[in-house]
Amino acid sequence: MEPFDFIEIKVPAKSDYVGVVRLSTSGVANRMGFNYEDIEDLKVAISEAMTNAVTHAYDDAEDGEVTVGFGVYTDRLEVMVADHGGSFDLGKVKADIGPYEQSEPIENLREGGFGLFLIDALMDKVEITSDHGVIVLMTKFLQENKVGLDDDQISTTQ
Amino acid sequence: MNLDINVVDKESVAVVALAGEIDAFTAPKLKEALLPLTKQAGNIVEVNLENVSYMDSTGLGVFVSALKSTKENNSELKLVQLQDRVLRLFEITGLTDIINIDSTVRGGS
Repeated sequence: MEPFDFIEIKVPAKSDYVGVVRLSTSGVANRMGFNYEDIEDLKVAISEAMTNAVTHAYDDAEDGEVTVGFGVYTDRLEVMVADHGGSFDLGKVKADIGPYEQSEPIENLREGGFGLFLIDALMDKVEITSDHGVIVLMTKFLQENKVGLDDDQISTTQ
Repeated sequence: MNLDINVVDKESVAVVALAGEIDAFTAPKLKEALLPLTKQAGNIVEVNLENVSYMDSTGLGVFVSALKSTKENNSELKLVQLQDRVLRLFEITGLTDIINIDSTVRGGS
């Protein structure tokens, strides 16, 4: 298996903590060298997943937890947001997960309106499983430096 | 990680100046402040987002319900001075087509 660092954060399933997870995301992504735009994309995408988990996961129980896992690879960041509250094994969860299909009947996520749509638009890869609570697995790749050493000019877009 | 809401409600024009972050935690507070303003017929509700540094779909949801309310109550909603990142979310979701957004003067710098 490809080596990676793993960071896990567990927070109460309350909207109060969406901002805390967002700041953590920003810290991890910044450490990895993501550019400003990508960090902002990651912040929105992970907040959306957190919001879904917080809004729909614990309608009956007030003491639920949301687990957020960051898989830090050399070329990408994988983020998992799970609303079952338990710890999880990254490899095991990935084996259980399927690609996100528009037709998938995950009622709770649909209700988020633009949430899942934004996750899909802002991340490079999104997978969702709902067998044991809902788990969203999102991937964003580090952009290679687009200006090579040999380039004699930098093009800018207005 | 909070949102300050400052409402100046003059005759027929309400200016709502926001500062901070709009997310699942702060959106309910924003909705509570914004919706009553849209319920006054003929009112123009101008929301200034110059100092909103972060927003996600919870914010989009609030503005969509405010827009619906303006249609029902014959009032008007206008968003001004959005930062590029915030404006981008309205563009991605296609909401720039249905919400009156004045982005000629951008917020942030």
